[in-house]
Amino acid sequence: MATGRLVEVYLDLLSQPCRAIQILLSCTKIPHRVHRVALRKGEHRTAEFSKLNPMQKVPVLVDGGFVLTESDAILKYLANKYDIPEHWYPWQPERRARVDEYVAWHHTNTRPHAAKVFLLEVLLPAQFGAQVDQDRLERALLELDATLDKLESMFLRRQPFLCGDDITLADLLAVCELMQPLGGGRDVLKDRPQLQRWRSRVQSALGESFNEAHAVLFAVRDRRQAKL
Amino acid sequence: MAVELYLDLFSQPCRSVFMFAKKNNIPFEFKKVSLMDGEHYGDDFGKISIIRKVPALRDGDFCLSESIAIMVYLAEKFQTPDFWYPADLQQRARVNEYLSWQHTAIRMQGSKMFWLRLMIPKMIGMEVPKEKMDGALEDLNNSLNLIEEKFLQDRPFIVGDQMSLADLVAIVEIMQPLGAGLDVFDGRPKLSAWRDRVRTFIGEELFDEAHQNILGAQEGMKQIDPSKLELFKPKILRLFL
Repeated sequence: MATGRLVEVYLDLLSQPCRAIQILLSCTKIPHRVHRVALRKGEHRTAEFSKLNPMQKVPVLVDGGFVLTESDAILKYLANKYDIPEHWYPWQPERRARVDEYVAWHHTNTRPHAAKVFLLEVLLPAQFGAQVDQDRLERALLELDATLDKLESMFLRRQPFLCGDDITLADLLAVCELMQPLGGGRDVLKDRPQLQRWRSRVQSALGESFNEAHAVLFAVRDRRQAKL
Repeated sequence: MAVELYLDLFSQPCRSVFMFAKKNNIPFEFKKVSLMDGEHYGDDFGKISIIRKVPALRDGDFCLSESIAIMVYLAEKFQTPDFWYPADLQQRARVNEYLSWQHTAIRMQGSKMFWLRLMIPKMIGMEVPKEKMDGALEDLNNSLNLIEEKFLQDRPFIVGDQMSLADLVAIVEIMQPLGAGLDVFDGRPKLSAWRDRVRTFIGEELFDEAHQNILGAQEGMKQIDPSKLELFKPKILRLFL
């Protein structure tokens, strides 16, 4: 059970896993303090931050003297420690296993393939002032397409959410990744009604916390569109 | 009805699941799935594993993929000793932290090294370009350094005095390059000592049994007909080259 102490998190809301954590904290009203780390300003490479996390990555959770990295581990720690609605990370072994299954698969599927599209369309051109590498982008989009096929046919199928009837940590991680390419003005679910309906259900379930967490990403999108 | 475990011991995560089940005396039926023969693409297997990968578990009507999910499920169902996946929140979080990090780190690099050194040359009939090998080796070494410096530090095992799922998942990935003749323990006394502790904890016989196939891979490859590997060609060339 929670003590009076605030849990601290180090986040950059432009980072997909950071948003997942922000949303969970906001939705469940776990008392917390957010320290913003602006990756684009190199704030993850300062001596101070490196002392906290030598791997120079976000998100990081600090609970008293306990420092934890890796969004999966952080989300599961929060779900286990605090008295939040059970559907996020169910106790029943088969239901919990379904969430663990998606969360594992996510690392080498949804996450890298969606992130790559954003990297190629937004981050790399912004960083190097170069044009988008169209060949690489085409290949990345094909790869993402294959992953979205699997997401629909293997996980979502006819269920309301990825792991069953209720929203879980799995939906949170997945939706934050699939929102990322929107920063470049690209809706990767544009031609996929089944996944669009899923996204709407997730947004409804998350309420205001979803929009608040994505405000930074939307701002990136809007600035880019203004330039074009 | 006993739990069914669908395994190919060439696969690192299958070895973790195998050792976990055996060490904990979990009764199971070993269902061999030969990746080399493309058995994971069969219709029957598709019903067991939605993602068409090994390892997979079937417990009555319940089917599950992903080794971490499988081991945590088995730990809960068979009430295995606490140290594997501690109930203590912070200890458990440390195990989860390693299990999360490793997917795109040591797991990828250990696999890549195995394919670059052994499987791909067999497939395409020549060695992989030196700069690819050097790059892959550098990445692998960076991960091994992180394992030693961040995850192990001065502890006997990743999370403390006792073994956990973290060590079980780590060891099988680190052993993989050995199957391709690369001794990652050479020049790494800390890692070697940890490997010895893990092997003792699991039981030398069980550890060696699990690793028999992979350590015999170089010999096995000599006998294999390269056309058998055609199945993997597009994916592997895309992933690794």
